[in-house]
Amino acid sequence: MSGAPLLELIGLAHAFPIRNAFGVRTGWHKALDGVSLHVGEGEILGVVGESGCGKSTLGKIIAGILPPSAGSVRFEGNEIADLPPRAGAALRSRLQYCYQDPGASLDPRWKIGRALEEPLVVHTKLSRAERRRRVDAALEAVGLPQAHLDLYPHEISGGQQRRVGLARVLMLRPSLIILDEPTSGLDVSVQATVLNLFATLSKAHTLAYMFISHDLSVVRLFSHRIAVMYLGRVAEIGDTTQIFADPKHPYTQSLLAAVPQIGGPRVTDHFKLEGEPPHPDALPPGCRFAPRCPRADARCRSEDPQGRTLADGREVACHHV
Amino acid sequence: MPPDAPLLDVAALSVSFHAESGVARVLDEVSLSLRPGEIMGLVGESGCGKTTLARAVLGVLPPNAAIDRGRIVFAGEDLLALSPSEAASRIRGRAITFIPQDPYGSFSPLFTVGDQLAELMRWKSPERQPGEGGYSRARRQRDRERAVAMLRAVQLPDPERLIAKYPHELSGGQRQRVMIAMALLPEPKLVIADEPTTALDVTIQAQILKLLRGLIAAHGASVLFTTHDLGAAWEICDRVTVMYAGQEAETAAVATFFTRPAHPYGRMLLDSLPTQGSALRGIPGEVPNPFAPPSGCRFHPRCPRAAADCVAIHPAARAPAIGHSVRCHHPYLDARAEPAR
Repeated sequence: MSGAPLLELIGLAHAFPIRNAFGVRTGWHKALDGVSLHVGEGEILGVVGESGCGKSTLGKIIAGILPPSAGSVRFEGNEIADLPPRAGAALRSRLQYCYQDPGASLDPRWKIGRALEEPLVVHTKLSRAERRRRVDAALEAVGLPQAHLDLYPHEISGGQQRRVGLARVLMLRPSLIILDEPTSGLDVSVQATVLNLFATLSKAHTLAYMFISHDLSVVRLFSHRIAVMYLGRVAEIGDTTQIFADPKHPYTQSLLAAVPQIGGPRVTDHFKLEGEPPHPDALPPGCRFAPRCPRADARCRSEDPQGRTLADGREVACHHV
Repeated sequence: MPPDAPLLDVAALSVSFHAESGVARVLDEVSLSLRPGEIMGLVGESGCGKTTLARAVLGVLPPNAAIDRGRIVFAGEDLLALSPSEAASRIRGRAITFIPQDPYGSFSPLFTVGDQLAELMRWKSPERQPGEGGYSRARRQRDRERAVAMLRAVQLPDPERLIAKYPHELSGGQRQRVMIAMALLPEPKLVIADEPTTALDVTIQAQILKLLRGLIAAHGASVLFTTHDLGAAWEICDRVTVMYAGQEAETAAVATFFTRPAHPYGRMLLDSLPTQGSALRGIPGEVPNPFAPPSGCRFHPRCPRAAADCVAIHPAARAPAIGHSVRCHHPYLDARAEPAR
């Protein structure tokens, strides 16, 4: 990577207040606790972890849907965390957030053409003809015919709606798209088509993705680098091939060991990890993974490990690496 | 019932759903048989009819569904010929039990786990005699001990305290463990598990699948395991039946299906899986509308090997090898050059 990264997060934290029946705050639910990472131009960063690890909160903070309670978000060299909404919107137009099913967010009463044109009307001063050219280009990029411009969302299939939703995300020519679980709920045969489309678009437009998913095999195939999250922290971040070939953090190791390998030995014959993640309202002192970790010792139970950079460039938060 | 007879035999079952917009033939002559002690996967993508088949066996099809033809024989008994009250008292919840996909939606939020276990045992305890109305104190005590022992068997910590909790106080993995306990407590011969790990995280899924496999072996029950997750099917099943758009495509031992799928759909499904080091191939086209399915083999509009006979005739089952059955006019009969992954 050369120069400043496209997106840089430093010590990002987010805590939801926990309130009792009278609305009095009784504690904090730490969804995200000191996350630092970066995404380069055209790079695909996979963010994986199990429910409650904070991966969706992370995506929403970057997109400005949630405010961070601490830390900084730098995008294309500008600080975008905690900006007033209007100023933030201008800086963020090249940073798009894509919901799980982008097709479901289309207005049923608007024709496809109007839905695609709207972001340009709001954010740019392009002429009608120029807008029309951009709409045509975006539609072509996602592989849909021009004839679809005059259809309503209900007149096309679910898969095509998804493509239109994606075309809409592309309208402002973003340099980074946050994809929040873009393939969950899809059948594998359709998932393959959607992933191929993402990959083609990334190459054609030098698009970077933050690809948030719980599906490790998809992330592995698709990402240059991977961040593994556990309970609001990054446990390990590094190159995809490194992490899959030689996971260092005990949590990464357990997570990879849990994925069924068709044709390989059955996971259920040798899977060892016991227990479930603790509730984020009652985190253990020390390392958050210590209660389930096979290598935990007294130090892990008292001292919170900080991320350290290893010789091969990856960052791991564990005392035993 | 002879010793080598199948425990469950579904023969040429057709089920249709009647809606305002027409009649959807959701199952089209599906056959399937399950041996005692076997875990059989029912695999397919959304809309393939796997849940409808599971519900037909359980006798809980929605009111607008009709069984057009076919038979469901369970332990030598024709389930479709039973009276509703007999099916409810002897079969459903007793000889055939169910593990749902979403355990939270299947608990009542108003009662503790212990109350719900007690209610189950009152009606479905293996000790209960048909027609028994009361619930003696002695049986209640034995049922309670049985339930606590089962909670221990599904590896829930501190079952005595757990039964005083409400479902919302448990985690998703714990709720699914309680559901498994409830499915096994009546000592069933057949457990129908409908996507039981879909809602769970991958490490919890591995724990639950491991647990389920061990318990099933210990209790000697058979399992019909519906899933769209081929990885989960590989983990837990002995055999799989692959379905597409209401038709059965292929039935084989797990090792056979994953290395030598004979049906083009089976092969393309495996090729769609994210695999390291090869291009990702989806299946072009879309799943057909159930109200107007294609004629003949329903996969023919998306199939690279489709010919005139595929459009005209729904293929009969053929067997490329013993225990391998495929419903295709033009199956792949060669061994695959490389395994699916």
